[in-house]
Amino acid sequence: MTVLSRRKQGQLGGLSDRTSSIILVVFSLIILLVVAYPLYYVLVASFSDPYDVYAGKTFFLPSQATLDGYKAVFAEPNIVRGYGNSILYTVVGTFFSVAMIYLVAYPLSVKDLPGKKIVSIFFIITMYFGGGLIPTYLIVQKTGIMQTIWAMFLPGGVAVSNAIITRNYFENSIPGSLKEAASIDGASHFRIFFSMIIPLSLPILSVMVIFSMVAYWNDWFTALIYMTNEQAPLPLVLRNILIKSSASASQASMISGGYAELNKMTEMIKFASIIVAAAPMLIAYPFVQKYFEKGLMAGAVKG
Amino acid sequence: MKAAVAAPRPVQRKSLGKRMRDNWQLYVLLLVPVVITIIYKYGPMYGIQIAFRNYNPGLGINGSPWVGWKWFERFFRAPNFDRMLWNTIKLSVFGLLWGFPVPILMSLMLNQLRFKRLKRTVQTVIYAPHFISTMVICGMLRIFLSPSGGLINLIAGTQIDFLTEASAFRTIYIASGIWQEAGWGTIIYLATLSSIDPALYEAASIDGASVFQRILHIDIPCLLPMIILQLIMSASGIMNVGFEKAYLLQTDLNKATSDIIAIYVYEQGIVSARYELGTAVGLFNTAINIVLLLIVNRVAKKYGEVNFV
Repeated sequence: MTVLSRRKQGQLGGLSDRTSSIILVVFSLIILLVVAYPLYYVLVASFSDPYDVYAGKTFFLPSQATLDGYKAVFAEPNIVRGYGNSILYTVVGTFFSVAMIYLVAYPLSVKDLPGKKIVSIFFIITMYFGGGLIPTYLIVQKTGIMQTIWAMFLPGGVAVSNAIITRNYFENSIPGSLKEAASIDGASHFRIFFSMIIPLSLPILSVMVIFSMVAYWNDWFTALIYMTNEQAPLPLVLRNILIKSSASASQASMISGGYAELNKMTEMIKFASIIVAAAPMLIAYPFVQKYFEKGLMAGAVKG
Repeated sequence: MKAAVAAPRPVQRKSLGKRMRDNWQLYVLLLVPVVITIIYKYGPMYGIQIAFRNYNPGLGINGSPWVGWKWFERFFRAPNFDRMLWNTIKLSVFGLLWGFPVPILMSLMLNQLRFKRLKRTVQTVIYAPHFISTMVICGMLRIFLSPSGGLINLIAGTQIDFLTEASAFRTIYIASGIWQEAGWGTIIYLATLSSIDPALYEAASIDGASVFQRILHIDIPCLLPMIILQLIMSASGIMNVGFEKAYLLQTDLNKATSDIIAIYVYEQGIVSARYELGTAVGLFNTAINIVLLLIVNRVAKKYGEVNFV
């Protein structure tokens, strides 16, 4: 801040830089608190005795710290199986989705591909218009992928908006001269795609991987309509615990202390299972956070 | 290939056939995505016609008899039709009115924050809820809103069972939506703001502009095209109210406000297997969205510098 600017602030109205700086910091801290506290509260509760949680003794720190909630979560066969299913769907689905995004984005980023416009429109239409839930359901039935892992990702098709973001990234961030040089040297499109485009686009690749991972990890509706109970991913398994609040038979048989004990266990599992379900993605996204802005900007602004 | 390189390059444009042959590998790359899109995106579009038929799986789509607007009429005469329609619209419009300005205000503020570490920390934290499953969010909401020892009741010192209060549903739905997505919504605005030339701020502060004035005269004009673009995008999805959260937060006692069209589609179409009715209602939703999109697209054309699709 120059002396000049400090002198003038009084006359031009508004607050001094110092005051507004303090106000901004205070507001930021309030936002921070509002967003983070509910998550922190559940984390603390997951290590506490549920009765103390409901008695309001765990606002800041755990009360009667215990790992029983987590032990119970991992002793619950449905949850463990759901976890396994979720990992499977996430890995396979992410691979599929990112592959689709790249397979669409690269050809559409090549300058004079005949029919490029038609192909673009063909994909973009699906962003705004679709058959809807029931006709899609009937196609899934008809193509015989019901209750198979294919049903988890094929009906989603291509994530068109992500493909557009990726295409724009190719156009803006990979120099055209590089591609030209490669093709003059005799490199085929396959060669350029695999040994140039993919290695040179790791930032956008990582963003697409994390977007797809999150979508599959958190999805439960697809599994609700297409899969059996045994194939349910973690969030769908948690529906019985978190939303319907029902203890499973296996829990009931595990507990000897009667209804009160079972009730306590159900509540503990709620907190711990929330943490267990949310943790993987919350741990993963900060690693690629720095690419979010760049990536999403590439999608909004065409080069 | 080698020969082509050695030969002098033709001055005139290559023929269409030649360019297609040169690029055959690109068509191969496109093949799988195109086939999947035809089957799973265009296939269902073809299937929409069962909304106008008495669908009989044995006869197939084309063999099933036409019934005209029967299923739409049944939907319009459903006992809860008015309620569902208005709940859908209200949830969506109020959600937009309350939710839309929040990320803008937050990014204007974060952009002016001079402590970069604090800014980064706030950013990391406010993105977090976006990465959590709706299922988990609704589980947390049920815990927080519980009448016996839920966080909200503990803080307020009350014992209200919020999820059985129809009057509380929209507030819960919209507030939790803001909590979950407002932070994520700042990305696009912060990215836009970061493209502002720092010299502008310097000049402004030499002229004695306060932080508030800098926001008013530099940041907001710079954000305006993006704000309009985002508004247009959200306005065209008015009927796409999130099914998941409404479904998971619905209780028998809050149906007066939580009953929305998307839940009806699921319950009629999937649970009760009334495929035609479900399809018809889905089409009704899509039709409204398309009309909104066309209107909004008109408006968008006025802002030519913003790339819409």
